[in-house]
Amino acid sequence: MSKRNQKLITPEIFRQAVIGSFIKLNPVYMMKNPVMFVVEIGFFITLVLSFFPGLFGDIGTGTNLRAYNIIVCVVLFITVLFANFAESVAEGRGKAQAASLKKTQKDTKARLLLEDGTEKTVLSSELKKGDVVFVSAGEIIPGDGEVIEGIASVDESAITGESAPVVRESGGDFCSVTGGTTIVSDWLKIRITSDAGDSFLDRMIALVEGASRKKTPNEIALSTLLVSLTIIFLIVIVTLYPIGLYSGVQLQISTLIALTVCLIPTTIGGLLSAIGIAGMDRVTRFNVIAMSGKAVEACGDVDTMILDKTGTITYGNRLAADFFPVGGASRSELIRCAALTSLHDDTPEGKSTLELARHLGDTSREEENAEYIEFTAQTRMSGVNLPDGTKVRKGAAEAIEQYVKSLGGMIPSDLHDQVNKISSLGGTPLTVCENNRILGVIYLKDTVKPGMVERFERLRAIGIKTIMCTGDNPLTAATIAREAGVDGFIAECRPEDKIDVIKKEQAEGKIVAMTGDGTNDAPALAQANVGLAMNSGTTAAKEAANMVDLDSDPTKILEVVEIGKQLLITRGSLTTFSIANDIAKYFAIIPAMFMMAIPQLSVLNIMRLATPYSAILSALIFNAVIIPCLIPLAMKGVKYRPMSSGKMLARNMMIYGLGGVITPFVGIKIIDTLIAPLLTAIGMAGF
Amino acid sequence: MLQIALTILIYLILVIPVGIYVYHIAAGKHTFADPVFNRIDGVIYKICGIRPQNSMDWKRYAVSLVLTNGAMILLGYIILRIQSIGLFNPNGIGAMEESLSFNTIISFMTNTNLQHYSGETGLSYLSQMLVIIFMMFVSAASGYAACVAFIRGLAGKTKDNVGNFFADLVRITTRVLLPFSVIGGMLLVWQGVPQNFSGNTVVDTIEGAKQIIAMGPVAALEIIKHLGTNGGGFLGANSATPIENPTILSNLIELYSMMLLPGACVITFGKMVRDRRRNLLPDSLLEDSAAGAPKARVRKGLTEWMYGREGRSIFAAMGILFLIGMGVCFWAESQGNPALAEMGLSQSMGSMEGKEVRFGVAQSSLFTTVTTSFTTGTVNNMHDTLTPLGGMIPMLHMMLNVVFGGKGVGLMNMITYAVLAVFISGLMIGRTPEYLGKKIEGREMKLAALCIIIHPLLILAFSALAVGTQAGLAGITNPGYHGLSQVLYEFASSAANNGSGFEGLADNTLFWNITTGLVMFFGRYLSMILQLAIAGSLMKKRFVSESTGTLHTDTMSFAVILVFVVYIFAALTFFPVLALGPVAEHLTLWA
Repeated sequence: MSKRNQKLITPEIFRQAVIGSFIKLNPVYMMKNPVMFVVEIGFFITLVLSFFPGLFGDIGTGTNLRAYNIIVCVVLFITVLFANFAESVAEGRGKAQAASLKKTQKDTKARLLLEDGTEKTVLSSELKKGDVVFVSAGEIIPGDGEVIEGIASVDESAITGESAPVVRESGGDFCSVTGGTTIVSDWLKIRITSDAGDSFLDRMIALVEGASRKKTPNEIALSTLLVSLTIIFLIVIVTLYPIGLYSGVQLQISTLIALTVCLIPTTIGGLLSAIGIAGMDRVTRFNVIAMSGKAVEACGDVDTMILDKTGTITYGNRLAADFFPVGGASRSELIRCAALTSLHDDTPEGKSTLELARHLGDTSREEENAEYIEFTAQTRMSGVNLPDGTKVRKGAAEAIEQYVKSLGGMIPSDLHDQVNKISSLGGTPLTVCENNRILGVIYLKDTVKPGMVERFERLRAIGIKTIMCTGDNPLTAATIAREAGVDGFIAECRPEDKIDVIKKEQAEGKIVAMTGDGTNDAPALAQANVGLAMNSGTTAAKEAANMVDLDSDPTKILEVVEIGKQLLITRGSLTTFSIANDIAKYFAIIPAMFMMAIPQLSVLNIMRLATPYSAILSALIFNAVIIPCLIPLAMKGVKYRPMSSGKMLARNMMIYGLGGVITPFVGIKIIDTLIAPLLTAIGMAGF
Repeated sequence: MLQIALTILIYLILVIPVGIYVYHIAAGKHTFADPVFNRIDGVIYKICGIRPQNSMDWKRYAVSLVLTNGAMILLGYIILRIQSIGLFNPNGIGAMEESLSFNTIISFMTNTNLQHYSGETGLSYLSQMLVIIFMMFVSAASGYAACVAFIRGLAGKTKDNVGNFFADLVRITTRVLLPFSVIGGMLLVWQGVPQNFSGNTVVDTIEGAKQIIAMGPVAALEIIKHLGTNGGGFLGANSATPIENPTILSNLIELYSMMLLPGACVITFGKMVRDRRRNLLPDSLLEDSAAGAPKARVRKGLTEWMYGREGRSIFAAMGILFLIGMGVCFWAESQGNPALAEMGLSQSMGSMEGKEVRFGVAQSSLFTTVTTSFTTGTVNNMHDTLTPLGGMIPMLHMMLNVVFGGKGVGLMNMITYAVLAVFISGLMIGRTPEYLGKKIEGREMKLAALCIIIHPLLILAFSALAVGTQAGLAGITNPGYHGLSQVLYEFASSAANNGSGFEGLADNTLFWNITTGLVMFFGRYLSMILQLAIAGSLMKKRFVSESTGTLHTDTMSFAVILVFVVYIFAALTFFPVLALGPVAEHLTLWA
């Protein structure tokens, strides 16, 4: 779906991220991430111990102890760098995204209309809210605004990636324009609605860059959990020193620091902000701008989705679905005539009639000198006068009846039955006649977009209820609702009805999402927990919503919900993984710490790690290396498939919980096998 | 093994009617005994000026609880200090020393019953009744009241009313503790436990030696000691003596009386939370909803009827933890002691050192696991002489403090862990975590995290202090790994408000009296207040709806996750010290 760079990492992002990971070593910055800050403090202490090994009265042979302290110090340094790198990569990807958006934001010239009617050329960055500018074909719209005069087609591909130009005109729901887009034809008078630097694009870029990122409520709660785990383990370590002394073990400071860093949740601590930034980034790649990370997460909680029928669930156009002959006419006759009238009919009704006819085997061709009659609001019919004088028409039932009567024809007795039947199905009947003979009726109906039925099934699988809103009568609404498979509908829906439904659902404790574009949708968008506005919609709607879809595709809300869930799942899974890792680390470090004084404890060394030094260092190195290994997962997110909560929980617990228990046992053993000979080579076999 | 299985099976059957009865009391529902108790309560309310309909929010409730307990501590302290007066004091016991009085009074008010004195020589009958037995009722009722308020908060029927503390205290005492005590006490007297005010008798034994046989109001204390998960014995040797626990039947009565109410608490929780759900149903679906709208599936099973939907998974998690510990303890004790085997003592009956022959390894290890899991603290064998791993289980269960746990507080602790489990599981299915229909957010996490930090902080910090100072080291009678176990056990027992002791520790010193006193005090009230705050914060939130996409916490898989969370968060914290204590001792012993 993405139209922009999908590669995980480019050389440029890599270079920036490496620089960034060193800049972020600044303790003032690190303090924002308490878990990694503890690691950094550990690094500083071991750094000092590398120079003065005996500072805290550690015992051990001088050179060995120094070498050990140096290795621990280096591994800790790398751990912090890896965590910073993860965050920098996420930010880098965000910035790359922003850069491609920024290209559209070059400072352009704007023709400012002064009050006396004269024009003045200014830079777009000098425009203020309320200024009126004139933009004509070939020029770039200098800022976000509302059309107050004129009609023009605008190329919005710079923002949406959609190459077909869209029409913008004053009044109605298509009056909003975005800075950076280009007018292709005609001209517009635009009232600027945002100050320079505060346009939609600016806010979007700031969000994507991560500059104005705020921690979401879920992130805050998770940080609390991580900090409290860190505190618990600090208590464990600090009290272990005197308790060890009592048991005849003098623990080295570096070992205690190594154990601390292994136990505190560094894996998730190092990746937490990267996951958050990457989540926003995924939404942006989808061409949806979220006003905050909170909005994206709220998507994961959605229980009820309010969807407009037209444009979201159905195409909104009435398409031919079947032909019903009347008055003894044959079906093929009806099809042929219906096709003839539609050969030059460019309306969706006409096109679809022709398509259906061809599909049913009709081969009628254009005849020379045929005179095509276009649909007008007065005649309410269209058709063709063939060279042989035959007049074929299709149109609204009453119009055709009058036409046939005027030509002296008869109304077949079963026509009304057919017309009523189609109406009762929620369809629109189009009557077809050849001269004064009524042949039958074309059944036009609103068609559900392909793939929607499956999507609603997916939503049902994850427990989201869908409610369709439509202005149609209850009968039509019920037909479409049944076809699409939505859970509920509101027929003859007025904008205020939408708010009522949202309030009702919210009163039941549900989180409601909706899409909308018109100004009259704005209150409902504001009331909903998640409001997705279309970029083509009015400024009022966009302001009220907490997300804007640049492609103006209302069905995207379904994907955004999945991205929101994926973001939370990624966070939860990596937290579980990180905590589950502790079991293996305990079994690596605890026997190593006490084996010298209490040889019996070597039974606990179930991984059979070579030496105490190699055991501790292996656990520490594993702890560092796992961070970059998980960066791709943090960026892309845990794979998400819709299923019931119980199944999903069981599945993720197996992968990340059980996996989190087993992986470090394997990883630490492998690292130990690799580094044990190296340590022996530098004379660090034992304490 | 069979007797253990039967004992537990009978428990599972007994706990249900008790749970349902307690639920009726907690929820203020009508019971068969109302005509009698309503009058009694009415008189008490009138005398004490309690207006039971006055509702309290969680803060007022917590303040009332702490202040009431505080006033009783002061009163009890005075009685202990002046007990030498000749009232109900046939044995002429003198006044209790300051630091010991401090320790004792906190110990009994906090439902801990850690005893740094020996009942026979340390307390007059007046103190036994006015301080010890009285406190055993009030501390148990206080804990239960806090728990009932906590559950009301979780059930969330109102936005801020968690009930009236004084009314709860009275109702729980008159309707649960007193009647159960009378019945249980009678049964104990039938089994031969004394209940009188005579002085100790001195008898000549067959061998011609003189032996002092303790007398006094033993049965009354004995029953509430277990029923209220208190644990402080009338005599120093607690339920190991034939005076307190003469037969296998009395042993069973004591076992059940400590197991029933904490288990009933979980059922009360399940029923009260289910209550809410039933009120919410039927779900008001949109009137004009299209065909195929899936209705919320309403499950109804036998276990749900018995334990309540949410109670079932909590009960299962506690049960799993209990059975694992029980199994390890029984296995370790059955293995016997290789050091004694080497000396030629048969270990075919398992390790019998410090155990009563009438109970044997099975009833002893069951009693040991129960007394520490349900944090009663009574003992029918000497825990100090358990095998290293057998002794690690009671220690571990006090460190976890969630395996059923003491009167009410065990459930509150388990719910705190459930909040953690829900948080992690909730994220794993891609939703803001929610428990019992309420979202778990930053504030609840903060409170739950604090709750979980307090316990290891108290145990580990004070243990480190004890082994790091001369005053602390002086108490250790058995240096080496076992000495560390003694210290850890003492503080774990205090922090969990259990009260049993490894008994090897020479603990009646200023250092031990003051430190354990502080640990008991903070272990009890800090977490209780924080947990009430969690309930208070949750009840203010609006209910979120339940669907196939929400996390279900009434399932067996949630129970398993909860077990893992408890082991990973609580047990791993203590892994290093356990490795240095019991594990090292075990490995050395069997090396």
